[in-house]
Amino acid sequence: MSDMNQQMTAKYKNNFLKEIEEQAEMGDWVKMCMQCGVCSGSCPTNFHSGWDHPPQELFMLIRAGKRDEVLNSNSMWNCVSCYNCYVRCPRKIPITHIMHGIAEYAYRIGRAPKSQPTLHLSQTFWNNATKTGRVNEVKLTQTLYFKDGIASGIKKAMAMQDVALGLVKAKRLNPLEAVGISHKCKDIKGIHAMLDKARELEAKRKGRTA
Amino acid sequence: MAEMKTAAYICKGCELGARLDTATLVKTATKDGKMNLVREHDFLCSTDGVAMIRNDIDNEGVTHIAICACSRRAKTEAFNFTTVAMSRGNLREGVIWIRPDTDAARETTQEMAEDYVRMACAEVKAMQVPAGNQNTGTSKTLLVVGGGMSGMTAALEASKTGYKVVLIEKTGSLGGMAGKLWKRIPNREPFKAPMDSGVADLAAQIDADANIKVYLNAVIAKTAGAPGRFKVDIAVESGPTVTEDIGAIIQATGFTPYDMNKLPNLGGGQANVVDQLGLEAMAKAANGGPIKRADGKEVKSVVFVQCAGQRDATKEHLEYCSGHCCATSVKQAMYFKDANPDVDTVVLYTDLRMPGNNEDFYRAAQNKGVIFSKGEVSNVSASGNGCTVKFKDLILNEETSADADLVVLATGMVPTTGPDLDQLNEANRAAEGGDEGAKEQVIQMMSKSVLNLDYRQGPDVPQFKHGFNDSHFICFPYETRRTAIYAAGPVRRPMDIAQATEDATGAAMKAIQAMENAGLGKAAHPRSGDLSFPTARLEGCTQCKRCTVECPFGAIDEDERRFPLFNESRCRRCGTCMGACPVRVISFENYSVNTVGAQIKAVDIPDEFSEKPRVLILACENDAYPALDMAGMNHNEYDPFVRVIPVRCLGSVNTIWITDALNSGYDGVMLMGCKHGEQYQCHFVKGSELGRYRMSKIYDTLKGMNLEEERLMDLEVAITDIDTLPKKINDYAARIVEMGMSPFKGL
Repeated sequence: MSDMNQQMTAKYKNNFLKEIEEQAEMGDWVKMCMQCGVCSGSCPTNFHSGWDHPPQELFMLIRAGKRDEVLNSNSMWNCVSCYNCYVRCPRKIPITHIMHGIAEYAYRIGRAPKSQPTLHLSQTFWNNATKTGRVNEVKLTQTLYFKDGIASGIKKAMAMQDVALGLVKAKRLNPLEAVGISHKCKDIKGIHAMLDKARELEAKRKGRTA
Repeated sequence: MAEMKTAAYICKGCELGARLDTATLVKTATKDGKMNLVREHDFLCSTDGVAMIRNDIDNEGVTHIAICACSRRAKTEAFNFTTVAMSRGNLREGVIWIRPDTDAARETTQEMAEDYVRMACAEVKAMQVPAGNQNTGTSKTLLVVGGGMSGMTAALEASKTGYKVVLIEKTGSLGGMAGKLWKRIPNREPFKAPMDSGVADLAAQIDADANIKVYLNAVIAKTAGAPGRFKVDIAVESGPTVTEDIGAIIQATGFTPYDMNKLPNLGGGQANVVDQLGLEAMAKAANGGPIKRADGKEVKSVVFVQCAGQRDATKEHLEYCSGHCCATSVKQAMYFKDANPDVDTVVLYTDLRMPGNNEDFYRAAQNKGVIFSKGEVSNVSASGNGCTVKFKDLILNEETSADADLVVLATGMVPTTGPDLDQLNEANRAAEGGDEGAKEQVIQMMSKSVLNLDYRQGPDVPQFKHGFNDSHFICFPYETRRTAIYAAGPVRRPMDIAQATEDATGAAMKAIQAMENAGLGKAAHPRSGDLSFPTARLEGCTQCKRCTVECPFGAIDEDERRFPLFNESRCRRCGTCMGACPVRVISFENYSVNTVGAQIKAVDIPDEFSEKPRVLILACENDAYPALDMAGMNHNEYDPFVRVIPVRCLGSVNTIWITDALNSGYDGVMLMGCKHGEQYQCHFVKGSELGRYRMSKIYDTLKGMNLEEERLMDLEVAITDIDTLPKKINDYAARIVEMGMSPFKGL
């Protein structure tokens, strides 16, 4: 993976803005930012400590070519996808999407932080959903609950058992999913072929080997 | 003139009849007003009422009429009697609408009405019908000074309406600054790319226009005369001086860019650093291809430094924003991007200002890959084969730098208005005192003159701030302080081509109005159509020169014996000369020391023990009096002891009115005029300031009379003060009551 990081560094030299424009989803919008700061002011998470850079600043860093600072930033990982910034942006820049685009790109070139909870959730969800074409909710919950060990997993599960029972009673949750008996897509092969094709197209568009 | 026959008309409409005892008002007009003829009417402004008055004028020989009905600002079309002297008693907006309809208030309301009837009668008897200015000129040729975008537009617009135009251009070709541009900022959809400036097209239209006479390589040697009859000497390089008869003048002399050599820390004067005009020359040379530096190297990276020597808080350079430079830099960055998208173009700005549709233009530049960084540039220095720009990134809050092949400085606009008249006057005084240095300075300053006016107050239009010409910025932007001389384009305030074009059209329209008015002997704005003009009884004049110095419009010259020489066509009829005159020899036929003085004397002053004080209000007719009228329309009540007299401007208030009023037993005098100073709102620019300055001298007189200073109150009123004004009047009236009655009553 770090090979790809070097590969990209070599390809774009100092033009990090171009790198983001071509490689990160919706990255070509970064240049349209007019630095008004409405996104930063609107972000609900920005009121917590621990944000490295508000979106406006992140975009400025990209334009200033500060590659390491951007890729090491935790900001795109902290985005909760509330879409407040996107809605309020006077330039209609898809800020939420760009944040995820940058995060995804950082992950792709091996620059994602280790044991990042957002990354863990995304990976778990993606693997779960793409396996059968539908989300197996029990297994998804299990994986997330037991991420930090058995003791903490049981504790979390016990705390939520009333909710779970309620969902089962209302036929919103099928306990049999735990052992793999769950609804699936009729054409799993077709889904996988579709995903492969999408991957191929993306790689082609972004000019990289899949 | 035939014998004076006076008539007063009391209206009973609009509830006047119900609220007031009009029979008594008739008696007042007859006994106190001593009017020859007094009539009541149920509805004076109706066809029947107007016909009654018209009949008296035509068949009874009435020459002076006092109409006691509504405000002088109302029903002006019905009461339009131009052949007689006319005054208006304001019984509606000034009395019944500002008083409660109660038994307790009836007596004071009636007294108020009676006073206004007395005042109207007294005023009209001191008035005459203006005969009109005989000293008119009928030239209808417009002179446009400056053949740039504004000048060419003004010339063509005037020509299209059928007027002859003389266009003077200092250089050898038309086009001005706009002619030096490669392309201009777009002014139409989709606002995405620079477009042709259109200069060549305008110049061709002018060449083909038979109405427009163009003098190239020409300057004005002398402008003499007055609106409608200017005599302008045009000095053509290596040719004879030509004299043209001119009706009105548009000054569209534009600007020069701020000298970048004054900005050495930003690289001004270095190689590879140009100002915006310098880049336009490079772009013109490139003709759409890659832009090359002076040394022939193709530019691969360029940094635009915005606000170079502009918006300067230290006041060392320009303090103002020139308005166009942000969009100009965007346009110039596009020159590079359009020729070669791989050129790095960075715009360093602190605030990007994109008025109007330029916001779309900015977006288009971002789309083309122009980088915009919010940063403050501290230094530009030569490095390697280019420049290093040091700046503070204001978003990332760090000192950083950028390298570039070329740096473009966005320097501001310096207006071409000629010398500052105040400085010139000072130098002139010193030169008269024999100072050799000052003599040199005068010659040097005069060489910069644009109009070379043969006016007592100096050769050019007065300036306001930063060298831009003085005008009433909000209400009359094209006016200068010289009648029938209008300013258009960046000489008035910083602007871009789109605004300059609009400006030129507006100024052309105003200039045409001024020429037509001058031909009819009428005033230009804000008293447009006024036929009166000031005259002086020279036998009483002491040659103190206050009127010639203080006239805000430079209308008064001095003759060889140093008596004032009025130029009626240049006059705006504000009356500042009348207020200035210490011996009170200056007057208008329908507005004079007597017309106001008679009104002040006509008010009935109750004795000391009546508990009925009297407060005189002298209200500016431009803002304060309409505000009072509107307060009336809204039925905002105020004190019944005030008596309001409208004045043309605070500048026309002669101090004698105030001392007379206080001497004759008024308990207080209130002056209401427009805001003065840097943010002035005075319709005659300097009137309210001069008026207030004079009033400040009265306080000594008050001390001498043993009166409290608070007996004279000065209030700045805007036309919007409709709700607050009544409260201020009431507060002052309450203070007067607290102070006690004036000791001068009944003396």
